[in-house]
Amino acid sequence: MSEALVAAEVAGTGVDPVPAASGARQFWRRLRAQRAALVAGALVALLVLVALAAPLLTALEGQDPTTYHPALVDSARGGVPIGSFGGIGGDHWLGVEPQTGRDLFARLVYGARVSLGVALAATVVQVVIGVTLGVAAALGNRWVDQLLSRFTDIIVAMPLMIMALALLAIVPSSFPRPVLVALVIGLIGWGNIAKIVRAQTLTLKELDYVAAARLSGWGTWRIARRELLPGLAAPVITYAALLAPSNITVEAALSFLGVGVKPPTPSWGQMLTAADVWYQAAPQYLLLPAGALFLTVLALTVLGDGVRTALDPRAASRLRIGTGRKREARA
Amino acid sequence: MSLVNVTDLTVEFGSLRAVDGLSFTLEQGAALALVGESGSGKSTVAAALLGLHRGTGARVAGSVEVAGTDVGAASEDELRRLRGAKAAMVFQDPLSSLDPYYAIGDQIAEVYRVHTRASRRAARARAVEVLDRVGIPDAVRRSRSRPHEFSGGMRQRALIAMALSCEPDLLIADEPTTALDVTVQAQILDLLHTLREETGMGLLLVTHDVGVAAESVDDVLVMRHGRAVERGRVGAVLAAPSEAYTRELLDAVPRVDAPRARTQASLASSGSLASSGSGAAGSAEVVVEAVGLRREFGRGKRAFAAVDDVSLTIRRGETLGIVGESGSGKTTLGRMLVGLLEPTAGEVRHDGHARLGVNPAVQMVFQDPVSSLNPRRTVGESIADPLRARGERDEARIRGRVRDLLERVGLEAAHHDRYPHEFSGGQRQRVGIARALAADPRVIVCDEPVSALDVTTQAQVVALLGELQRELGLALVFVAHDLAVVRQVSDRVAVMRRGRIVESGPADEVYDTPRDPYTRQLLAAVPALDPEAATRRRTARREPAAT
Amino acid sequence: MSGFGGFLLRRLIGALVTLLAISVIVYVVFYVTPGNVAQITCGPRCSPAQIQQVAEQLHLHDPLYVRYWHFLEGLVAGQDYSTGTSVQHCSAPCLGLSYQSDQQVTQLILTKLPVSLSLVFGAMVIWLVLGVGTGVLSAWRRGRLTERLLTGVTLVGVATPVFVIGLVLMIVVCGQLQLLPFPQYVGLTDDPEQWAWNLLLPWLSLALIEAAAFARLTRSSMLETLTEDHIRTFRAYGVGERAVVARHALRGALAPVIALNANNFGSAVGGAVLTETLFGLPGIGQELVHAVNVVDLPVVVGMVLVIGFFVVVANAVADVLYAVADRRVVLA
Repeated sequence: MSEALVAAEVAGTGVDPVPAASGARQFWRRLRAQRAALVAGALVALLVLVALAAPLLTALEGQDPTTYHPALVDSARGGVPIGSFGGIGGDHWLGVEPQTGRDLFARLVYGARVSLGVALAATVVQVVIGVTLGVAAALGNRWVDQLLSRFTDIIVAMPLMIMALALLAIVPSSFPRPVLVALVIGLIGWGNIAKIVRAQTLTLKELDYVAAARLSGWGTWRIARRELLPGLAAPVITYAALLAPSNITVEAALSFLGVGVKPPTPSWGQMLTAADVWYQAAPQYLLLPAGALFLTVLALTVLGDGVRTALDPRAASRLRIGTGRKREARA
Repeated sequence: MSLVNVTDLTVEFGSLRAVDGLSFTLEQGAALALVGESGSGKSTVAAALLGLHRGTGARVAGSVEVAGTDVGAASEDELRRLRGAKAAMVFQDPLSSLDPYYAIGDQIAEVYRVHTRASRRAARARAVEVLDRVGIPDAVRRSRSRPHEFSGGMRQRALIAMALSCEPDLLIADEPTTALDVTVQAQILDLLHTLREETGMGLLLVTHDVGVAAESVDDVLVMRHGRAVERGRVGAVLAAPSEAYTRELLDAVPRVDAPRARTQASLASSGSLASSGSGAAGSAEVVVEAVGLRREFGRGKRAFAAVDDVSLTIRRGETLGIVGESGSGKTTLGRMLVGLLEPTAGEVRHDGHARLGVNPAVQMVFQDPVSSLNPRRTVGESIADPLRARGERDEARIRGRVRDLLERVGLEAAHHDRYPHEFSGGQRQRVGIARALAADPRVIVCDEPVSALDVTTQAQVVALLGELQRELGLALVFVAHDLAVVRQVSDRVAVMRRGRIVESGPADEVYDTPRDPYTRQLLAAVPALDPEAATRRRTARREPAAT
Repeated sequence: MSGFGGFLLRRLIGALVTLLAISVIVYVVFYVTPGNVAQITCGPRCSPAQIQQVAEQLHLHDPLYVRYWHFLEGLVAGQDYSTGTSVQHCSAPCLGLSYQSDQQVTQLILTKLPVSLSLVFGAMVIWLVLGVGTGVLSAWRRGRLTERLLTGVTLVGVATPVFVIGLVLMIVVCGQLQLLPFPQYVGLTDDPEQWAWNLLLPWLSLALIEAAAFARLTRSSMLETLTEDHIRTFRAYGVGERAVVARHALRGALAPVIALNANNFGSAVGGAVLTETLFGLPGIGQELVHAVNVVDLPVVVGMVLVIGFFVVVANAVADVLYAVADRRVVLA
């Protein structure tokens, strides 16, 4: 045990050991210690599996998400599904949609594809842009830093939902909608991650081991790759774990407002748009997408908390807010 | 009845036994120092006196009695009445120990009101009174300032004022001067001494610095691994320690008043030039030269020069010590010498040629053993960096060279694949030295290389640097705040203040017959290991203040 | 004090520059659209001649920077618009005319603004009180049942999207239990009591998710502050636990909360759009969704700019509050 460790123990503060290359192993050990995170992780895995296997599952049921079944709804009563519990039965496991009679199970599992796919793609776009610009700002000269930081400030100041809403309106509808939604969310929502990466890179850059690498004679590129980027992994993964559930919510909200993923492609948010008028006649029409959305976001949030705690128990609380600049000033 | 009565105290954090069956007493008005290296459990004892381990998960056994209160058995209310009122504590880092959001006077008044039920107005008046007493000028106005508006020394005074506010019987000072410059440290120690004379309160001083203890207390208790090693009158223990560990500890303490130890003499000592200790200069060729170096930080109105018109030469095989307090620009100067920072004006010459940027022939050993090694790479990889950067591709040769270097700095070849967190601070510093050597340097700039280490480790690392210098004919630049360490390693010394060199010359000359008043002031502030000398010097320090 | 004045000035200039930059980005992005603005505005059944006429009217043949300059002019000095038959004067902060209704965008926004402001600021009071209160309580009661319960509740809150909470609240409270009528906006000046009753559900749906986020932040911030050295100082000086938490820990813990409040203002505005749509409240959000669906660009641009204005102002105010709370920010 090192001196710093002992000193910390003696002071009763419990500083964590410096993360090492054995970090991956420690990470899994700390993650496994959290039961809630494990359950959440299993749930996320299940959801991903369902989304991937959507065609298989619907084939098992013998339905697809887009076929209308006018015979299954009572047009005399405004399109209420015929049969108990909104038409649940052997053919339609979770019943059918009011008015159209489309199969709800099929729409739900295909909806998972859209939700998870869009959120994942948007997160990747956000991380790539955020890391690139954050590192560039931290390593560039004063003018590069000023320019990129001001630009980032402006992006952060633009409300994501509003900008996405407005942008989605003007792009021609010929563009594949889910890809478009992912791109728009990704292109607007990278501000905070860029700020965090810049702050972290600035901190790392000042560390003595980076100075030592320079004295060894290595060039900037090699130092960035070998000494800086590995130190960025933890905060980036942590913040990405926060972004993913948030992106799911944004996609659902945009689809709920009718500007996100458009019919006939199914999406959970879209399914909720008309659900409130049907809650008595077909409660599952409201409850299924709402429940799916809730569970997915909950599972991802709990998993994200777990990942954060496992990566860096002490910095966890600091990263939650994404105001690195101000905290920096305080410290 | 004794003021403090500790019997068989044991404190455990999980599986770690920080304090192990410690007993001691402190009489009313007496002063005792707990001295030990890091991990000796001395601070844990201080916290136990106020019952601060309650509710932290630490297991405390044995009995602690302070000013008539049985700390272990006391109720929460009784404990609160003890804390601050009968026994008050002064902490190491005065900035973080005060609430940044409130005025200092308000914080002192709050503590005073908790114990006296005085009115707000009376409490504020009391705060001003104690601030005035600890020597804060213009106390009425300054009491409205917040901690960050104070200098480090002033903050520590304010914290002492808080401790004084309720006139406690016991003052517990936990490393009260460790974060301060040596001249400020002397002022704070003098203040503690005066206050003790005036109020008659008892003092329990926790410190790693034997000199600080010698300056401040009557009795000393040397601790190691949570146990008492030796206790006695401070003069007796320091002059004639009876335990082996105490002797080892005292031997490791560098002396500011003794000439450089011959065992560590430089390359020059093997030749005929050695006799004066300043001899390495003169003949050997100049390897690095700084001419009119200046470095500014900030722009516009906030611009200031951290280093201002500094010129110096470093010759083959010699050690140049650069000493100064915090903010003197010594670290900035060091970083310019190795090319990590570009000077605003002036130039660094290697072998007579002006040179920008880094150069493998000029390496650096850093202060912080934690941040100077990449935690995600094995130490072997880190040491191999200069070899690979030079274009060496033969893995077997790299491994062989790294193994030689590891062994050369006193580590084992088997350490190659270990990660930095598996090493102690001293070992990490050895790794840092090995990495610097891998570049086959002619000059190594050591920036506070031992200031984060315990005194025994410090001595080992200093000895290693001396050996390497002799063997390899290295020139060393030794940048440090500790005057005694600098004297022990340097042939020549430069004293820095506010970005400028105020005095330079052969080490013994600068230390024995300082010409600059600032150098004299610095030297007068260094704690002596002899309590009698300390008293003499304290009187000497007081006199100019009185006139 | 001059340092603080300088800080205020710098912050104000920064906010103005940000606003200007946002207006450029928004204007460029929206008017360099892949689709033909005249075609969209005129409708699918317009003849080429009609489209040409619309394009003339909208100055679509001018270069983009000229049009942006006109737009800025209109913002500062007002502008006259010919609508074919008559000339309409659009006064000082002119954001243009709606393509659909020829109504002045500024007027349109002014009529909708009170609804949205009522919604957002009312909800903000709820989320701050509820969120910070919950956070402090669960930090203080750490390790006890209270904390576990609160942590669970806030987790559910964080994971539930605004429109799901809103839907559920509306169905349960208005539909099943019939405790409240379905919300209909009543002006604050018309009838304050009805205003509050009708906004209660929208407030709650918007506030609950934000409150959960604040509770989490406040809790972690409190726990972090409670480990700081100056907390130890006051404990070591016999100051009671309640005073330590209330006076010293809370003050330090609130700084990031202020920052988050500004950061989350943007997301709250997004939430307001959903809430207004869901409850049929005639605010900016509902109008924006409508304008987006019919591609009424001047309205979209105007509304995005106005919302951007509020977000930037909120950020600036938060920075100033932060600096007042902690003067070291000014010095840094």
